[in-house]
Amino acid sequence: MLSKKEKKLIKDIWERLTPVAEDIGSEALLRMFTSYPGTKTYFSHLDISPGSAHLNSHGKKIVLAIAGGAKDISQLTVTLAPLQTLHAYQLRIDPTNFKLLSHCMLVTLACYLGEEFTPVAHAAMDKYLSAFAAVLSEKYR
Amino acid sequence: MVEWSEQERSIITSIFSNLDYNDVGPKALSRCLIVYPWTQRYFANFGNLYNAEAIKTNPNIQAHGTKVLHGLDRAVKNMDNIKGTYAELSVLHSEKLHVDPDNFKLLADCLTIVIAAKMGSGFTPEIQATFQKFLAVVVSALGKQYH
Repeated sequence: MLSKKEKKLIKDIWERLTPVAEDIGSEALLRMFTSYPGTKTYFSHLDISPGSAHLNSHGKKIVLAIAGGAKDISQLTVTLAPLQTLHAYQLRIDPTNFKLLSHCMLVTLACYLGEEFTPVAHAAMDKYLSAFAAVLSEKYR
Repeated sequence: MVEWSEQERSIITSIFSNLDYNDVGPKALSRCLIVYPWTQRYFANFGNLYNAEAIKTNPNIQAHGTKVLHGLDRAVKNMDNIKGTYAELSVLHSEKLHVDPDNFKLLADCLTIVIAAKMGSGFTPEIQATFQKFLAVVVSALGKQYH
């Protein structure tokens, strides 16, 4: 459950990070591929080596979706409806992988924001990413 | 048996030799209690844990955080037998402290985040993977004697 304060905190953080969406997104993905090699199986059709165009564009896409959802968290189900369908019927990524990417996203934010990534910000962000993942997998079955 | 490459060993020893235990230990434990509030159940007699500020400044939590982090030293010194090294600690956590072993992973994740915040871009994907591998072995060893 996200408080009003937490929703604002999350919205502000993602607004600040939107200009560097590509950096944040590609780094989170790279961390995930490095720590959890099984996740690479979903990208056999792309070049996901460090610095590749695919990694950058894909990372950017993901962060922009997360930032977009943060603008109005109470509308998450509406905002993510098309992505829900995509993930359920086309991508069919096992939802346990969402946890792995969320974790790597938190690590990326910690590296980027340093001390500013306070325990309170971390808690709020973890809750938001969990909610985001839960909404994303709603149409799976 | 867990296999460690020379590079992995040096990454782990390097992280721990550059660690300020009195800073990182308390930060990791208090972060765990803030991000995963249900973990506070094990610290009912530690005093005021009412909010994030109280947790961060609680001297009992600070002391305990440092103690827990030093607990990892033995694993760093015995990377080839972490399971055996922690057999006793595992029994302690199970039979005396009654800690749900799922909680070990929560603390491990918070420790990772604290170290990431400290090292910034120096906490590369490869270093993250090695550190997480190390913590996963520790977590598994601590849960081994539960029955």
